[in-house]
Amino acid sequence: MKKVQLGLFVVFVSLIVMGIMRGEATMVLEKAVRICLECIGIG
Amino acid sequence: MAKIKRSGIQFFSTVVSNGYFKGFMEGKVYAGPLKNACSPGLNCYSCPGALTSCPIGALQAVIGSARYWYSMYVVGILGVFGLVLGRWICGYLCPFGWFQEWLFKIKSRKCTLPSWTKKIKYVLLVVFVLLLPTLVTNVIGMGDPAYCKYICPVGTLEGGIPLILMNDFLKQALGFLFFWKLGILAMVIIASVLVYRPFCKVLCPLGAIYALFNKVSLYRYHVDIEKCVRCNRCAQVCKMDVVMYKTPNHTECIRCGDCKSICPTSAITSGINIDKAKSL
Repeated sequence: MKKVQLGLFVVFVSLIVMGIMRGEATMVLEKAVRICLECIGIG
Repeated sequence: MAKIKRSGIQFFSTVVSNGYFKGFMEGKVYAGPLKNACSPGLNCYSCPGALTSCPIGALQAVIGSARYWYSMYVVGILGVFGLVLGRWICGYLCPFGWFQEWLFKIKSRKCTLPSWTKKIKYVLLVVFVLLLPTLVTNVIGMGDPAYCKYICPVGTLEGGIPLILMNDFLKQALGFLFFWKLGILAMVIIASVLVYRPFCKVLCPLGAIYALFNKVSLYRYHVDIEKCVRCNRCAQVCKMDVVMYKTPNHTECIRCGDCKSICPTSAITSGINIDKAKSL
């Protein structure tokens, strides 16, 4: 893995961890477990 | 052989992404913990079979919420997928890409699109996925997932049609928006018979994101200049309109491998971080 790729990889994994810590994964789950009316053309 | 292998992976990916078969029978969506995660390909989370979340839907859900105006989580996931595989995901893992490929097999006159149309997906990414959900909000600060709501034909195909067929309440709620999106889906289907993967080329914001990673992704293509005889066969066979021997890691390349199969001198190879020293 080259330095740029390694650096980007670390940045992206850190973003995932920080996102989970601030509750984004829960927000994604809350949205995804209900029928998204906008997505299916009703909302 | 390579084509059979790719079709097999595409089939497997589609089945795994939409493996909640009970949902198709009951007209409900899966509500388990796997939906914390995003699928690599474009797969609507309102598809009754979807086991994971759509990354584009998830991105809009977070940035359109009243709590956040940017998403670390979804950007991080997209970044890891893109950095490792780039648009290989489009060629191998995206259910809607596979659907378009089947439509393209229908015998008809085939066309190509002007190259400027391939820039449209970047505009849609910025305007409909990033800006509108963040900036156009209601009184409590929430923005609509504009791309899902006004454009995405995947939601109509995978979520809208099966759910409406099985749910009388949703059937009664149908309005202009549904028929607008149905019209977009119909246009994409017709276009897919005539043009190879038109949605991926023109309308897909996820493809636009992964395209940006093709030049830096770990999985990459390599053309050996000592073996390449510039016969142009790779360019002629490429349905994504890439001139492989000039730009092996072009943003539009979905890594289908057709160029590798046809190359008479086996000058094109692919792999994880293969040597770039002799690349064109």
